[in-house]
Amino acid sequence: MTRQVILVLPILVPLAAAVFSVAASFVVQRRVALVALTGHLLASALLFALVASGEVFAVQLAAWPAPFGITFVADTFSGLLLVSMSVITWLVMLHSTASVPREIQRLAFFPLVLVLLAGVSGAVLTGDLFNLYVWFEVLLMASFVLLTLGAERAQLEGGLKYVALNLIASAFFLTGVGLLYGTTGTLNLADLSRQMSDLPLSFPRIAAVLLLLLSFGIKAAVFPLFGWLPASYHTPPAAVAALFSALLTKVGVYSMIRVGTLLLPQPPETLTNALLAVAALTMITGVLGAVAQTEMKRLLSFHIVSQIGYLVLGFALYSVAGLTGAIYFFVHVSVAKAALFLVAGEFERRWQTTELTQLGGSYRDAPMLAAACFAGAMGLAGLPPLSGFFAKLQLVVATVEARAFLSLVAALSVSMLTLFSMCKIWAEAFWKALPTTSTSVAPEESPRAMRFATVGLASITLLLGAFAEPVLLVAEQAAEQLLDRRAYLQAVLGGP
Amino acid sequence: MRSLILLTASRLLFPLLLLFSAFLLFRGHNAPGGGFVGGLVAAAAVALHALAHGINATQRMVVVTPLKLVAAGLGCALGSGLFGWFSQQPYLTGVWVSLPLLGKAGTPVLFDVGVYLLVVGMVTHVLFLLWEE
Repeated sequence: MTRQVILVLPILVPLAAAVFSVAASFVVQRRVALVALTGHLLASALLFALVASGEVFAVQLAAWPAPFGITFVADTFSGLLLVSMSVITWLVMLHSTASVPREIQRLAFFPLVLVLLAGVSGAVLTGDLFNLYVWFEVLLMASFVLLTLGAERAQLEGGLKYVALNLIASAFFLTGVGLLYGTTGTLNLADLSRQMSDLPLSFPRIAAVLLLLLSFGIKAAVFPLFGWLPASYHTPPAAVAALFSALLTKVGVYSMIRVGTLLLPQPPETLTNALLAVAALTMITGVLGAVAQTEMKRLLSFHIVSQIGYLVLGFALYSVAGLTGAIYFFVHVSVAKAALFLVAGEFERRWQTTELTQLGGSYRDAPMLAAACFAGAMGLAGLPPLSGFFAKLQLVVATVEARAFLSLVAALSVSMLTLFSMCKIWAEAFWKALPTTSTSVAPEESPRAMRFATVGLASITLLLGAFAEPVLLVAEQAAEQLLDRRAYLQAVLGGP
Repeated sequence: MRSLILLTASRLLFPLLLLFSAFLLFRGHNAPGGGFVGGLVAAAAVALHALAHGINATQRMVVVTPLKLVAAGLGCALGSGLFGWFSQQPYLTGVWVSLPLLGKAGTPVLFDVGVYLLVVGMVTHVLFLLWEE
């Protein structure tokens, strides 16, 4: 009984809070949002405590038995991600109370974030392919509005690209869903998984899976379908970009891993090779794009693309080691990237610019911010003993095990370039002398909420590095469940 | 532009349409119909009123803001799922009670009413926004 309640809470709490505060003033909305996010965090933590032992459990909504009704499933993978997303959203929201301009906060900003979080939680927990589509639409709709709040020219232009590409992705998704339903007669992921392993991969089925992977690829911004991301993520306030980088593209990768491992028990080698190539190209193009940028938010947006490549690499290896790396990387990159976006948010608010050529010498005004940025940037680049080092080490070990040496070369050289551009951010913003031509204003005192959130996320990066072992063990358990599938099928369908 | 025909027709049709929308809402329980189509019919009634009497009169008539209707509808639908928990069932499970005269009443009706309010609110909201353009 408690399990039935806890599994629904991460969706219900933010959604209900959004509904009840939507007509209130933004001060009330802000309070309700922080309370609801705390509730979401508690619910996710409880959920994680239940699945941490390796248990997988499911709820059949409205008591319709699977595969006829809608199933929600929690396993180690989804539990771990929910907790990490919840912590990040909480801190980013705290930051946004100070960093997002009042006039944008007034436009139902907080209810929209809650709806976004509800959509993400739904997409993570659902065990039904069509329901996954519905949650994707929920979170996309919230994100469309969040992206264009304020309606500046650049925002609308970025938003248009974002909407167009995501609608195309949704069309691919639906086509794939239709093909699968036509050939198997079910959309329950567990039931699909059982049927797919029993039958040979015939043409419509492989086409359906490819369409699904393609649509998740667009949503996750992999090469060559990433164009919408750097075009749109730098336009909203930095806190919104932090939220998007931690939630939106990550849900795309999550669905790719979840649906990919369930529907393709033994993927054809051409597919994994293609995925490895896509992963390598995503890393390389992303980081090359980032190296060329001098504006902080644009630079970080390109890095999102580059890091997605590592996640896809871990998935494409299709081994326990690879998925362990991907899952640990997932948590690490969400935290580190959100921390860096929050640093950019602080620059946006206090210096009124995020253009690196206009900044310099900021460590004197903001030593804590410099330290937080350093932890986030070096963590992302993968310097030991920070979290990125262990994430990349695990992925490198997995690539060597799989003898995918080209991917190994790509991963390591992209790492070098990441280090380069992270050094660039830190050195340009904090270290170099302030350019004489600079138009940046002298910084005002940083609001406490903003400082707490930025430093909080940066310290989580440090903690992830310090306690890499237990997190990696949880990630390994999640990876084993993903590849083994038996616990998942049993939880949903019952029986042996 | 005031048209006498439209005014008279709307005075007759407005209550009829609302009645019909309620009929569709409750018919949807076991037969084609339901909250969505019922809500659309009710919103059509509001649109007709706006056509005949002008948007200002309609806005005065619809006392609650459409956004609140949307919120109330969503809250109603979300809340209807909670009853399942009280009878040790998963979220959204239908719970039924026998009432004198009415027969059996259950939480799915509450869910449908939520959909109804949501659709009325949403369409009216869009209608008011477009009218202002």
